[in-house]
Amino acid sequence: MYTLTGLKLKNPTILAAGILGTTGASLCRVAHEGGAGAVVTKSIGPMPKTGHSNPSMVKLDCGFLNAMGLPNPSYPSFIQELEIAKKDAGVPVIASIFGGNPAEFKEVAEGLLPAKPDAFELNVSCPHAEGYGAAVGSNPCLVEAITAAVKDIVNVPVWVKLTPNVSDITCIGNAAEAGGADAVVAINTLKGMAIDIESGYPVLGNRSGGLSGKAVKPVAIKCVYDLYTALEIPVIGVGGVSSWQDAVEMMMAGAAAVQVGSAVYDRLDIFSEISTGIEAFLQRKGYSDVKKLIGLAHEMV
Amino acid sequence: MLPLNATILKIYEESPSIRTFFFDFQFETMNPGQFVMVWVRGVDEVPMGLSSKNSITVQKVGEATSKLFELKEGDSFGLRGPYGKGFSLPSEGEKTLVIAGGVGAAPLVPYAEAARSAGSEVHTALGARSAGDLLFEKRFAEAGEVYISTDDGSKGTKGFVTDVLNSLNLSVYDKIAVCGPEIMMASVFRLLEDREVLDKSEFSLHRYFKCGIGVCGACCIDKSGLRVCRDGPVFSGVQLMDSELGKYTRDASGRRVKI
Repeated sequence: MYTLTGLKLKNPTILAAGILGTTGASLCRVAHEGGAGAVVTKSIGPMPKTGHSNPSMVKLDCGFLNAMGLPNPSYPSFIQELEIAKKDAGVPVIASIFGGNPAEFKEVAEGLLPAKPDAFELNVSCPHAEGYGAAVGSNPCLVEAITAAVKDIVNVPVWVKLTPNVSDITCIGNAAEAGGADAVVAINTLKGMAIDIESGYPVLGNRSGGLSGKAVKPVAIKCVYDLYTALEIPVIGVGGVSSWQDAVEMMMAGAAAVQVGSAVYDRLDIFSEISTGIEAFLQRKGYSDVKKLIGLAHEMV
Repeated sequence: MLPLNATILKIYEESPSIRTFFFDFQFETMNPGQFVMVWVRGVDEVPMGLSSKNSITVQKVGEATSKLFELKEGDSFGLRGPYGKGFSLPSEGEKTLVIAGGVGAAPLVPYAEAARSAGSEVHTALGARSAGDLLFEKRFAEAGEVYISTDDGSKGTKGFVTDVLNSLNLSVYDKIAVCGPEIMMASVFRLLEDREVLDKSEFSLHRYFKCGIGVCGACCIDKSGLRVCRDGPVFSGVQLMDSELGKYTRDASGRRVKI
């Protein structure tokens, strides 16, 4: 058992937002079959959204590009899915939410509260949804106000997921902390694009999108490393983690837990594989506790 | 993978609303039942079952398919795949029943041919609205016996494929492959369940695909949470027991929509 912002996790691996999180049943599957220590839902907003037209995700040699466009059924329709996940997942279920301003975030959080999510993750980092995500998440004042607005009405932990598409991520991290965040999650995808050279068309329906997967791991490691130094609250690491070695590296940079997203492409039980790998590594190295890994790299130089 | 560029070699008009597009690329490793993501550039990308190693058979139903119907021989579109899990092939000497409704015949015709090549005796129950909408009648007939039904009685039995199935002894078949409109598949599902042959059956499902590669979760079905794009689109009848089949689907936003 592993404690993170008061939540009891089976292990320090968490399903990242936007991955297999549209239905309660799929969240349960990731918990049971995949072995995730906690799961985060698809980002839910105030109004139903169909998202961008396809292609919305393509696999590249170095990672994945996506521009889903925050498709979601809106909070009134998502409640039933959250209830299913809460009833059967057997692990903490974190509701990822988005809005265009503090009032919308508050509305969505309040709307989902009856289903009793174990925590909220505020999406202020999606790089390709106009008026949402990184559009609000690159403004420290808005991030602080949004965090404070949600903190004000919920009595469960609030995590804030940060965008790396800013000149200084610690500045946004500080704003989240000032707003009362219980943890930050770093990073969301990096802005990216691919073009079909046969036709000249940008491949994604939205033209550009966000890069995830192996290519972004070094960026994520650096962001987590910097946030660990700058903040008092825990940093949850995400970005390109696809093996237990990646997870250990992320934790040594300062991550209190790791989220896994695109790597479910390889296999669903990646969570079990990572947590088993971490345990074996701890034993081999003689570390008494997984907490010993957190921020270890900071003590070396 | 990024979409590969497929040039249209030939367009064959199967019916007023259904066309087969042959392209200059062969999916040599394709298993019948697998699909490709067809990118109509600047419009949308939609999943389509492969009707042969180098063709898709498309019904005009929405914006992307309408745009596809405007393309001419020599034009091109993007293709990714083959994706997903196809139908499992029979062994030599096994009997196969193919149950196809409407454009659902598209992924089943290469299956019937592959089953025949594997040494299976193949029977096909082929249904459509009317005689002019029957797909691949000749190809199915070359693979084995065909039982035809049309809603309006313009050819074969007047009625649905289930009316044909009622008169067959289903216990003789080792493999039963089904694809068609969901209401038809739900009726077939119940019939196979009643006749206690569900364990021999496989169904190809249609759901809204977003990423198409098993990551986003937009196409997950209840209650299993299985992904139609990756764990399917072909599922065994047993996997679909107590599922949403025939009850509801989800739209692009993830909202449940009654069938």
